[in-house]
Amino acid sequence: MTTVTAPAAPPGAGTAGIRKARGGGFWRYLLVRFLLIFPTIFILVTLVFFLMRLTGDPITASLGDRLTPDQLAERIHEAGYDRPILVQYLEYLGQIFTGNFGNSITDGRPITDILWTYGSATLELAVYALIVAFIVGIPLGMVAAYFRDRWGDASLRVFAILCYATPVFFAGLVLKLVFSVWLKWLPVAGRASTRTEIKIQQLDDQTGIYLIDAIRTGSAAAVGDVLAHAVLPALALGLLTAGVFLRLVRTNVIGTLSRDYVDAARSRGVREYRLVRKHALKPALVPIITVIGLQIAMLLGGAVLTETTFEWKGLGFQLAYYLSKRDFVAVQGIVALLAVIVALTNFIVDLIAAILDPRVRY
Amino acid sequence: MTAAISSPERVRPPWWHRLPVLQQLRQSVGLQRGMLVAGLVITAVFVIVAIFAPLIAPYGYNQLRGPDGLFGAQQPPSADHLLGTTVGGYDVLSRVVWGAQTALLVIIVAILLSVFLGIALGLLAGYIGGWFDRITIVIADAIYAFPSLLLAIVAAIVISGGQSSLWGGILAAAISITVVFIPQYLRVVRAEVLRVKSEAFVESAKVVGASNGRIMFRHVLRNSTRTLPLIITLNSSEAILTLAGLGFLGFGIEPSAAAEWGYDLNKSLSDVTSGIWWTSIFPGVAIVLVVLGITLIGESLNDLADPRLRARRKPAQTPAQAVAAEQPVAREEMGDVY
Repeated sequence: MTTVTAPAAPPGAGTAGIRKARGGGFWRYLLVRFLLIFPTIFILVTLVFFLMRLTGDPITASLGDRLTPDQLAERIHEAGYDRPILVQYLEYLGQIFTGNFGNSITDGRPITDILWTYGSATLELAVYALIVAFIVGIPLGMVAAYFRDRWGDASLRVFAILCYATPVFFAGLVLKLVFSVWLKWLPVAGRASTRTEIKIQQLDDQTGIYLIDAIRTGSAAAVGDVLAHAVLPALALGLLTAGVFLRLVRTNVIGTLSRDYVDAARSRGVREYRLVRKHALKPALVPIITVIGLQIAMLLGGAVLTETTFEWKGLGFQLAYYLSKRDFVAVQGIVALLAVIVALTNFIVDLIAAILDPRVRY
Repeated sequence: MTAAISSPERVRPPWWHRLPVLQQLRQSVGLQRGMLVAGLVITAVFVIVAIFAPLIAPYGYNQLRGPDGLFGAQQPPSADHLLGTTVGGYDVLSRVVWGAQTALLVIIVAILLSVFLGIALGLLAGYIGGWFDRITIVIADAIYAFPSLLLAIVAAIVISGGQSSLWGGILAAAISITVVFIPQYLRVVRAEVLRVKSEAFVESAKVVGASNGRIMFRHVLRNSTRTLPLIITLNSSEAILTLAGLGFLGFGIEPSAAAEWGYDLNKSLSDVTSGIWWTSIFPGVAIVLVVLGITLIGESLNDLADPRLRARRKPAQTPAQAVAAEQPVAREEMGDVY
């Protein structure tokens, strides 16, 4: 949230080393920024590995109450968890490097398989949520900036704070209560009704993204069903981000609305709508794009809660499940994937910002 | 502060005028003041409810039976239970009131811990510089970029194994939140330290022969804390949301140890499907109100600290004209894009 005050200098970008690389040009910036991905992933994976191991070995944590001490010791020895922690750590790093995350302890599925299946569901939800956030956040932010310090602005800002102040799961519960239980307009939970799920299962190569799969079944009812299931989760998660976008767009458009060229355009007779839409918004977009990168992380965190609320079987839902089962191998795998996603998005966002604004890249 | 220094007589205003929030309250006008006052009122009510929870709540947070026997589960609001009872048979109103106490305790512990550790690390990173600074910043950035809730969950599992008693749970939640917040304080304090470090008075202190410790704490730290009130308010609201998120996912505090809003919302998840609204709406509204109140304060402090966003005393014809009046500052703050 602190980024709102200083949108031009996001704390997310690893600036310590970059600032010194002055004069190196775009490609040098690109390279330095790309190399910074690796320490980010490395630090997070290391952190999670050691934190998880502080609680004991994964076998005892997940199966400790179901096996006898002898069986436990045998399983621990088989899996190699009785070796020195550093050896295990190095082995784990090697496995990640080759893309092999092992099998989950509770259900024995390969972690890569889990990531693939549930990752697509989370991706679908995140895209819907971002669409909601853009549609709601950016226009309203412009309106608030234009009417700054008047009632329209004040109420929009309170709306933005409310979006941010409402925990996603509570927003989800209220939406569910109103639209599913009382009005009965939309389904209560899940990604599709059973009939649609069966239809999708029959496809040869499923993408895992239900909307695409539903379109490929060629049934309008299936597409409608998938979309109806997506409305409430997308709203719950999207409004959270919309609040952040609204505040951000407002602050930055207020900044650009005060420029000479906006006055110049106004004196040339450019209409007020176009003034805000074209002249004030575009330059304000650079800091907005930077913050979107940070929002992806928030979105992933929010996805865990949203997916649990709506039984949307994605990474977050699965993560909560494996956490409750203390299946730390699966948890580490999911967290490692999320770390990669976060590091990559931050890289892409910095890249876009550098292309749009030459000052960023020094 | 600045007003006091620039006034010709250089009289220091009384101390209560220099308190962080009150100073901004006097500075604000119009709607902006309205938002700040609303935030202060909501937050004050929250603190009062939290402190006097034992007097306000009709029952205990883990009380299951009254003089007439068990409360019964999922009872709709009635004279005995103004907000009904939960699926576990607790009184909703009492859980909501006691929940304020838990939330306040977690905020206080989390903020104290992260302010202390964050300032210490930021001070060291900024003052020592070099490789220590680089490594600290890379680690802090990695942690900052990661979904905070996930990190808090991992921390909660490590600290308490998932579930725990009142103080164990509060500490676990607070420490988990602290892990996430330290990078933010570190960044802010470090940036300020780098700014202050190059000021003349630090140099003169060095010349006079003051020790590193003295320079760090007396000269640099004292001048590096101006943005902290803002971050503290923003983080208090984030702390509540993280606590509720932890509780909602089942990594919070046991219901027999303390009342926690997120936990109650988790338990009400299945109630919603059968149309039982009172178990989820009230704890949820409590979270929203408290976060709203604290955020309103934070937003107002943010605006008042930023010349671009501060409301003007004299209303101008159009917003753009008014902004244009403050243009030199605005341009400096924004950095020119073209």
